[in-house]
Amino acid sequence: MATAAASVPSRSATAARGRGRGIWAVVGLVVIVLIAWEGVKFIGGTPWRSPGFIPGTPVIWNPPFRFPFASDLNLPHVWNIALIFFEPWQRGADRNVAQFLFDAALYTWKEAFLGFALGTLIGLALATAFVHSRWLERSFVPFVVASQTIPIIALSPLIVFALGAKNVVSIVVIATYLTFFPVTIAMIRGLRSFDPRAMELMRSYAASRNQIYWKLRLPASLPLLFVALKIAATASIVGAIIGESTGGINDGLGLVILTFNQYYITGPEKLWAAIIASGLLGITFYLLVSVVEHFALRGRTRLTLG
Amino acid sequence: MTAPTDQPVVSLDGVGKTFSRGDQETTVALEGIDLRIGRGEFVSLIGPSGCGKSTLLRVIGDLIHPTVGTVLVNGKPAARARLDRDYGMVFQAPVLFEWRTIAGNVELPLEILGKPAAERKDRAKEMLDLVDLGGFAGHSPSQLSGGMQQRVAIARALAFEPALLLMDEPFGALDEMTRERMNAEVLRIWERTGTTIVFVTHSIPEAVFLSSRVVVMSARPGRITKVIDIDLPRPRSEDTRESARYFELVTDVRESLRQRDGTAAGVASASRTMAEGVVG
Repeated sequence: MATAAASVPSRSATAARGRGRGIWAVVGLVVIVLIAWEGVKFIGGTPWRSPGFIPGTPVIWNPPFRFPFASDLNLPHVWNIALIFFEPWQRGADRNVAQFLFDAALYTWKEAFLGFALGTLIGLALATAFVHSRWLERSFVPFVVASQTIPIIALSPLIVFALGAKNVVSIVVIATYLTFFPVTIAMIRGLRSFDPRAMELMRSYAASRNQIYWKLRLPASLPLLFVALKIAATASIVGAIIGESTGGINDGLGLVILTFNQYYITGPEKLWAAIIASGLLGITFYLLVSVVEHFALRGRTRLTLG
Repeated sequence: MTAPTDQPVVSLDGVGKTFSRGDQETTVALEGIDLRIGRGEFVSLIGPSGCGKSTLLRVIGDLIHPTVGTVLVNGKPAARARLDRDYGMVFQAPVLFEWRTIAGNVELPLEILGKPAAERKDRAKEMLDLVDLGGFAGHSPSQLSGGMQQRVAIARALAFEPALLLMDEPFGALDEMTRERMNAEVLRIWERTGTTIVFVTHSIPEAVFLSSRVVVMSARPGRITKVIDIDLPRPRSEDTRESARYFELVTDVRESLRQRDGTAAGVASASRTMAEGVVG
């Protein structure tokens, strides 16, 4: 009996093990991608040379086929991508690619975060208006939805023109534009996701509309809010990068991607490094929101995303 | 509360409620309800599903507006009484706010009433002690069992000392053992606080054990078919459940429930019984 009781895992232990499995799944997936990547190059890539950029090093493996998509130009070796992080970002530069990307990512993140915060506030305000007025909801939700069917690529030059090129505000506006939508849609549902009997309870206390909002609607909506915030976090990064590449901003991942794109022929690994940096920035922002969620929803039922 | 003691806490006159869905489909949920409930009474509403007992409770609590008839609570229209916070509500589910602690849940109505923090804290402690959950103030709702959560809901409903406690099948989701314990608990609280209670249930033994009067309802349309005085001595205990009179009354209620179709004469006599049944 004692051993049976001891072997029953506590709730937190189960959760920890679940997290552990999740981490292993991620590691496993990365390993599989790397193996597939190098496997394709092994079968049909450019002749393999030892890692690094010393020209004229001997060929150590000559693949039997030549797949165009697996050439060193299109699909550089993963070790060369890894090594590029420690090279100067351009000839004679004092920062290496890793530092350069880190600074650019930080800059992009600041813009994205402003857009994220602003978009969240706008989304919350819109959803609050919509759940209190059927009329507003019916009139304006179609426009909110339509706003997202316009490709941001088409819209961002307009915003940059209107607010002036090289203006960070235009980047923030683009990031806002991409983030207010998931928050609005999720919160229209979230602010109505309370238990109907809880509303009867509040009415039996003769609670005011304000009290109902702050003490019932908003707290009840938090699980859905965090689902939306996770989507908004990654969308804001995408928005900021697109804004930077079209807005002539002299910093940020958007510019880095543009630059490395132009010099792709001479250093394809750098563009891959920038792509990895963009992905890591998105993941980091997502995890940051998850951490806040963890504390905000302590002891509550949580919705899982994806 | 200087209302004269002979004034009923609840007074329903010719109350009817018709729900209309779409153009033609209408449901008569309540029809011709006359009922007076005196101060300190414990009245149960019992009847088959769809007899409108929960609707009637919500009409008294001003959560549903009647189509016809008048509803007075403490001599005021129900809406006024709601704004005066004369009601406490307890539902079948505890409906605790999971983002609040147990004490936080009990404090909720006091917050809405704008009571100062110190008073809220004292009052929540007092109420949790009343339902024997004094040690759980800092816990979160999910850490408590169903029966414990329902006791928190009762503590919350009583926190602002409402004149009238409305309970909608509060123990319907609990197992039989817990339900009997909760029955004893609610009687103890009722005896200590003197609150008037209207209690919706579909359990005959529960209704008889708890109530001073049992109001029997029939379905489609929801009507009162009979009002049965429960003259079991108080305080009631587990022995009460084994007394001969208890079984007689249970049989009485059961037979009243069986006569589904109350004739017009039956309803009239029921109303008369009710008029006589006003307790001071």
